[in-house]
Amino acid sequence: MNKILIIIQREFLSRVQKKTFLLSTILLPVLIFGFYAMIIYFSVKSDDKLHVAVAGNSGQLKEYLKDDSNLKFSFLPSADVAVLQKEVNEKKYTGYIIVPDGFKGNKGDSLVYSSNSSVGLMTQDKIEDKLNAALDKVRLQHLLAPGVTVQQVDSSKAGIDLKVSKEGGKTGNTGFAYGLGFISGILIYMILFIYGAMVMRGVMEEKTSRIAEVMVSSVKPFQLMMGKILGIGAVGLVQFLIWGVLMMALQLLLPVIFPQLLDTAASQVGGMQAMGGNSKQLEMVRSIMNNLNEVNIGMILVLFIFYFMGGYLLYSSLFAAVGSAVNEDPQDAQQLMLPITMPIIFSFVIMTQAINKPDGGLALFGSLFPLSSPIVMMARLPYGVPGWQIALSLALLVLGFLGTTWLAARIYRTAILMYGKKPTWKEMWKWAARGE
Amino acid sequence: MSLLEVRNLKKFYATQKAVDDISFSIERGTIFGLLGPNGAGKTTLLRMITGIFYPDEGSIIFDGKPFHATDDILKIGYMPEERGLYKKMKIGDQAVYLAQLKGLPKAEAIEKVKHWFEKFEMQSWWGKKVEDLSKGMGQKLQFVTTVLHEPKLIILDEPFSGLDPVNANLIKEEIFQLAKRGATVIFSTHRMEQVEEICDQIILVNKGKKILDGKVDAIRQQYKENLFRLTTDGPHPVNATEGFKILQQEGEEWVIQLQPQANTNEVLKQLINAGVPIRGFQEELPTLNDIFIRLVKGSHVASREFQSTNV
Repeated sequence: MNKILIIIQREFLSRVQKKTFLLSTILLPVLIFGFYAMIIYFSVKSDDKLHVAVAGNSGQLKEYLKDDSNLKFSFLPSADVAVLQKEVNEKKYTGYIIVPDGFKGNKGDSLVYSSNSSVGLMTQDKIEDKLNAALDKVRLQHLLAPGVTVQQVDSSKAGIDLKVSKEGGKTGNTGFAYGLGFISGILIYMILFIYGAMVMRGVMEEKTSRIAEVMVSSVKPFQLMMGKILGIGAVGLVQFLIWGVLMMALQLLLPVIFPQLLDTAASQVGGMQAMGGNSKQLEMVRSIMNNLNEVNIGMILVLFIFYFMGGYLLYSSLFAAVGSAVNEDPQDAQQLMLPITMPIIFSFVIMTQAINKPDGGLALFGSLFPLSSPIVMMARLPYGVPGWQIALSLALLVLGFLGTTWLAARIYRTAILMYGKKPTWKEMWKWAARGE
Repeated sequence: MSLLEVRNLKKFYATQKAVDDISFSIERGTIFGLLGPNGAGKTTLLRMITGIFYPDEGSIIFDGKPFHATDDILKIGYMPEERGLYKKMKIGDQAVYLAQLKGLPKAEAIEKVKHWFEKFEMQSWWGKKVEDLSKGMGQKLQFVTTVLHEPKLIILDEPFSGLDPVNANLIKEEIFQLAKRGATVIFSTHRMEQVEEICDQIILVNKGKKILDGKVDAIRQQYKENLFRLTTDGPHPVNATEGFKILQQEGEEWVIQLQPQANTNEVLKQLINAGVPIRGFQEELPTLNDIFIRLVKGSHVASREFQSTNV
């Protein structure tokens, strides 16, 4: 046991102390942040002139909804969707909002903004804020009379929700569940490839530099293999941790760099501003949480770590077995890797299906089958998955990685000292079965 | 008592018998030569002794007890023929790491590495990487990492290949020193002149079988052909008698072969009586090289190899 720890320590430190590790770990979030900042910069600075038609019961809104340099409102009495859509098609307006009769702008009410072009988050917020500000004033107007209590004034604050519809399609705030599922699935997919390949290269290095024989005269081949797998796994975890912390820190900096963001955030609830002036982010998170009551972000994070480790352990031992079978020729590695990369790619394909149909039979199978569950289950999680399925999937995953590790260790033990011609799959299977 | 005893060891692969019923024992503090052409089964044999492979049959007694890989490999230092070190790792760290895997605590490992680096004048290498070293330097480092933990049994597979004469001598001296301090050394090679110089006892394996076992001197005596080298003082004819025959002549040097029952004094008497001016008369024992070529001749794998590597 002690020897595995020594090996883990070396595998971990020798990678973490490399300049490339520091560079990739610190540079990547900075790069992502840079792109992010650029996108925001352009969306804030954008000269897009919007012309929004407010149709129907616009009433007093007309007095309070103010134009600015980029945003112009027109008020139409008619609420005929066909006419409005036609005018949008003719580019007379960028989009339209129909205010239904008797609309009071109470908390929880919503309006739909329909447009032919997609609407950025910033624009959406801007229109929403303007509408809310105007509705506030309309409602306050009614209260300007003696005997009005503070509570009444407070409750007069409008909190409408602007939904966006593109070409009269389905409405919805964001495809957040979709996005979260897709991103976590892709992250696991990338982890399996990046760190799996790292394990394979490490094993190949040991074999081609012929240190393997020196090592196995001191430790058991299994210890050598597990030490490498766990050491690199620790590198992966640390890297993710650093990325997470860095991303959060950088996001806190965002409003400082782009004060414009604060304008739109100014009307938000005071308590949120206390938290580092980052209310925009928090607002987003809050709306996400509102939309996905049934899904717990904390649980997704915990499960992400579980599937990350489970999937990594399952595949990395297979990658180690392939690395041990390869001789000098990198082309051999490509060929031998194929049976391992196929299930990962299939999982990815199943995942894209699962996102569109999270309760389908294929998605269910994919999220239980250990070779694909790390990727597919992550994609299903934001939609809500019954507890028993998660438990079963995790249990199968543990069995899965115990199985692959056992199998890989038997191949590894024989292959690591074999030189000469590349072994066939049949031979490798024999080594695993015989396991001398 | 012997340190290592190998009894009826067998290891068969699907296509060949790599080690086929080999037995031998090695005394403490001796230098033992394991000889044989490539493919003879030396590496497989060594891998069983180092616990990398399990034998199919037979037993290994190490230090008086049945060999138990997990404990006993800590008392063994193995330098395989195919040398290997982590190329990107700093040399000092690497030596310490390998010593730790042999069970030394870190502080002790560092101390030992420093000691050995000093001894081999390698102190300045500590922070360098293996890829910056020449092949010979890497070899020296490999030797240090093999003996660092003061193993009872040191197994060296072709330790001198790639070393210049100065460093080869340095390591040879060190092997003698280690043996003198009580370590037992198994020395695997096909360089015969080194074997004659270094080893106390040898075995020869070919095609998985042991074909020779014994002390170097005894083996040479056993295979002697009664050859003598005769040097005359100035050119003078020498005629064969019933006691000996002439095998070759080169100026004043003659190689004669005595009849098995012939007595050297009788032969000398005959020569003196014939008026041959004798300046030298010496027995020519066969070299191990000669013996091996003779023994493995006919087994085509082996003979060519020996001839080509031992010119």
